[in-house]
Amino acid sequence: MSIIDRPTSTGPRHGALGTSPTRPDGVAKVQGAFEFSSDISADGCLFGATLRSPHPHARIVSIDLSAAWKINGVQAIVTAEDVPGQLTYGLISQDQPVFASDVVRYVGEPVAALAADDPEVARRALDAIVVTYEILPALLDPELAISGEFDPIHPDGNVIRSQRIVHGDSDATGAIVVEGTYEIGMQDQAFLGLEAALAIPDPGGKGIEMHVATQWLHEDRQQIAACLGFKEEDVRLVLGGVGGAFGAREDISLQVHCSLLALRLGRPVRMAYSRAESFLGHVHRHPAKIWMRHHANADGSIVKIDSRMVFDGGAYASTSSAVLINAITLAQGPYRCANAVVDGWAVRTNHLPCGAMRGFGAVQACFAYESQMDKLAAACGVGPLDIRLLNAMTTGDVLITGQPVLNVAPVEECLRETDALPLPDEPVGGHARTDGSVDAMKLPGGAGRTADAGDIVRGIGWGVSIKNLMYSESFDDYATARCRIEGGPDGPTVFLKFATAEVGQGFVTLAPQIARSVLGIDRVELDQIDTQVGSAGSTSASRQTWMSGGAVNAACELVRSLIFDHVAAVHGCSAADLFIDHTDVVDPMTGRRFDVAEACADVSFDETAVYRHPATSEIDENGQGNCHTAFAFVAHRAVVDVDPELGLVKVVQIATAQDVGVALNPLSVMGQIEGGIAQGLGMAVMEEIIQVDGVIRNGNFTDYLLPTFLDMPPVVATLIEQPDPLAPLGAKGVGEPPCISSTPAIVAAIRDALAQVDIDASLNRVPVRPGDICLG
Amino acid sequence: MSNEIFTLHVNGQARTVRDSWLGENLLDVLRDRLGLMGSKGACEQGECGSCTVLVDGHLVCSCLIMAASAVGQQVVTIEGVAPVGTPSDVQQAFVDFGAVQCGFCTPGLIMAVHDLLERTPDPDDTEIREELAGNICRCTGYGRIIDAVQQVAVTRRTGRSGA
Repeated sequence: MSIIDRPTSTGPRHGALGTSPTRPDGVAKVQGAFEFSSDISADGCLFGATLRSPHPHARIVSIDLSAAWKINGVQAIVTAEDVPGQLTYGLISQDQPVFASDVVRYVGEPVAALAADDPEVARRALDAIVVTYEILPALLDPELAISGEFDPIHPDGNVIRSQRIVHGDSDATGAIVVEGTYEIGMQDQAFLGLEAALAIPDPGGKGIEMHVATQWLHEDRQQIAACLGFKEEDVRLVLGGVGGAFGAREDISLQVHCSLLALRLGRPVRMAYSRAESFLGHVHRHPAKIWMRHHANADGSIVKIDSRMVFDGGAYASTSSAVLINAITLAQGPYRCANAVVDGWAVRTNHLPCGAMRGFGAVQACFAYESQMDKLAAACGVGPLDIRLLNAMTTGDVLITGQPVLNVAPVEECLRETDALPLPDEPVGGHARTDGSVDAMKLPGGAGRTADAGDIVRGIGWGVSIKNLMYSESFDDYATARCRIEGGPDGPTVFLKFATAEVGQGFVTLAPQIARSVLGIDRVELDQIDTQVGSAGSTSASRQTWMSGGAVNAACELVRSLIFDHVAAVHGCSAADLFIDHTDVVDPMTGRRFDVAEACADVSFDETAVYRHPATSEIDENGQGNCHTAFAFVAHRAVVDVDPELGLVKVVQIATAQDVGVALNPLSVMGQIEGGIAQGLGMAVMEEIIQVDGVIRNGNFTDYLLPTFLDMPPVVATLIEQPDPLAPLGAKGVGEPPCISSTPAIVAAIRDALAQVDIDASLNRVPVRPGDICLG
Repeated sequence: MSNEIFTLHVNGQARTVRDSWLGENLLDVLRDRLGLMGSKGACEQGECGSCTVLVDGHLVCSCLIMAASAVGQQVVTIEGVAPVGTPSDVQQAFVDFGAVQCGFCTPGLIMAVHDLLERTPDPDDTEIREELAGNICRCTGYGRIIDAVQQVAVTRRTGRSGA
């Protein structure tokens, strides 16, 4: 290899970290050629469908399959009797039956599944299965679950977890006391790509291959294998194209059902949910009721918080226990607080099961503490920004769990940079049309009926939040990645292999960026994402940039050290001194530079690395312990126009400054920020799953309202880039924070608007409905 | 379920549909009978726009119309927008300006944006939002999509990229 004459480079090269290369799957996605899990089929495959409970709580008296078997085209029917292995599954505790056998505990609980030649035949055959139920009283009130006065609806009891936090002086008081009770509705992740999988049994039925859209291949594999009675290595999972996730694919849904049918038949079986079924088939964001009281000094500095949080986990535990811990341990928000007493309950009811959704407990807590901060500001006679600046935590501050925040914690910078962003230039009610008339599309309510434009009032509100990143409470959290380099006549190619679920967030873009930066090689290809490499953990908890990014980085560094050894041997320099500058290996001792591609023309290296973050602790009976891994922060400022007479809201602008550590791919970061804010907006004013007597009433996109182009305002954003020394790439996960404090910021802005026309609406519940504004 | 055989004109080709049942919607026929998997189903009731195609030049949700009703009409799907590997200007702009995350809504949006820019070559922000409000995206919050649409409009008008 030759020495080259090139100056030291300045700035990142395109495609490396800090730039925004295009997605490797981008062209396929825009052309409709990308294969989502719902697009995957196999020769001779059959179509599965699931029979679900119509009752929130009932005893199964009998299941009569005889009529269904008579339908031409029905090939297999399975019930709980056909589960060969473990009869239950679940993420943290395995408390959910594969199929209900004795009782059903929520509307939508699977009772049987069947496979047929055609999806329509399968659907019709479900109607022919006759299940006789004995209706049982339903437990629908979380307080009743806590009280102990309702017979357990599950062998594990009606309380999934209760945890108390006592910190500092529990008798501390302040001159100012504000309190309130806040409610958060049940939100749906509403990913667009519905649940779908293809199961292909091995010849002889001793194993199975499944192509499925999921957030965590290895966790799925473990649960599937246990229920099938297989060894884990006999279950091979391949990531099917994932059409969004947002937490709803962390639990398994159709995986075991589809596998059972395929194994029964010895043929491939495809299952795909409808939208209505999807609303029943995955977990949702927990509805919660939170009472909170702040004690503060006269200047507004927080002395103590008291809180009681009740999370409705629905019929099965899923991740309820972890969601609860996030909520109670983050109850103080991104503010200093020396004293606290917090009681948390996650309970079982006969509602839809709840689990992971973007923000994971931090969302519910944030709506409460940020509503409280505005009350505190008003009580102290200071502005909403000032009260937050006064109390903003920083690195080294101690949480109410006793855990110090060791990460970069630029809460003040987030607030000040958000405040520095321009307010919208549009006047209240929007710019007029060119002919001077009011542009109805700019009004709350849009082209529909609105009050007089002159009655519309504008409000501004603030929200700030803290989010824990990665997994907590002593979970062995790691990610695996393999880096292989192959020389060739056209230069070397780097191959990366990992099991990290790409759900849309863009890890498939980021991973090659890491390799290009570490190795100085531009050509990077990605192997199939499957279980043929170690676990990457879940694509959740804003963890994959840090965790899988850390693993890819570590694997590439191992390969890089082999490249350095190779260069050192050829050129007689010290491998320990060498470094990569853009596409060169540089020997700083002599100033010599070697082209990496040329140096790697005939090498072949293959290294696998595991990245683990430092261990976390359990919390004790007083909620004390270093249970979290890392923290990220964000501020939001919302501007809204409100029609007080009709209770309609138009969000005009969201400004945000987010603590990102380093923006490894600025365009992707912006996409996460805008997308997260849209979900926060939905939580604030649009989205809620309504259940009446345990029955979902709006499980479709006509009645469950998602933000559209017209609902989502422009976002102005500043990225706070302070590299976190604890993060392998200096970068924090960015996915969750945008949807946490955007919600309370919007609600605060509505309250602010209403206050200007002397309407004192408490708006203690999200989503805010028109009636809460105009009738409240 | 009586099976009918009929012919659809899809992306300029006559395609014989077999094994369809009367009343089967166009989306399912395109995907399951003709193997054109680019159009996506996400709501089955015309709310999300993921299944958007052109029928005789009109933008429709293919989940809402019977396949048999499209006999004798020209159907254009995402596969008919541009040859594989040669994206249209709108498609390339979606890639370049970060308008794609999970990509499930993308084929429908591409159809809607092409239609929008055909009728309104220089749309303002409100026109873009109003015209595309029938296409739901859960990932992006729409900001980068609007940016991509505006970039295409600029490029078509000036002949150069607005980047």
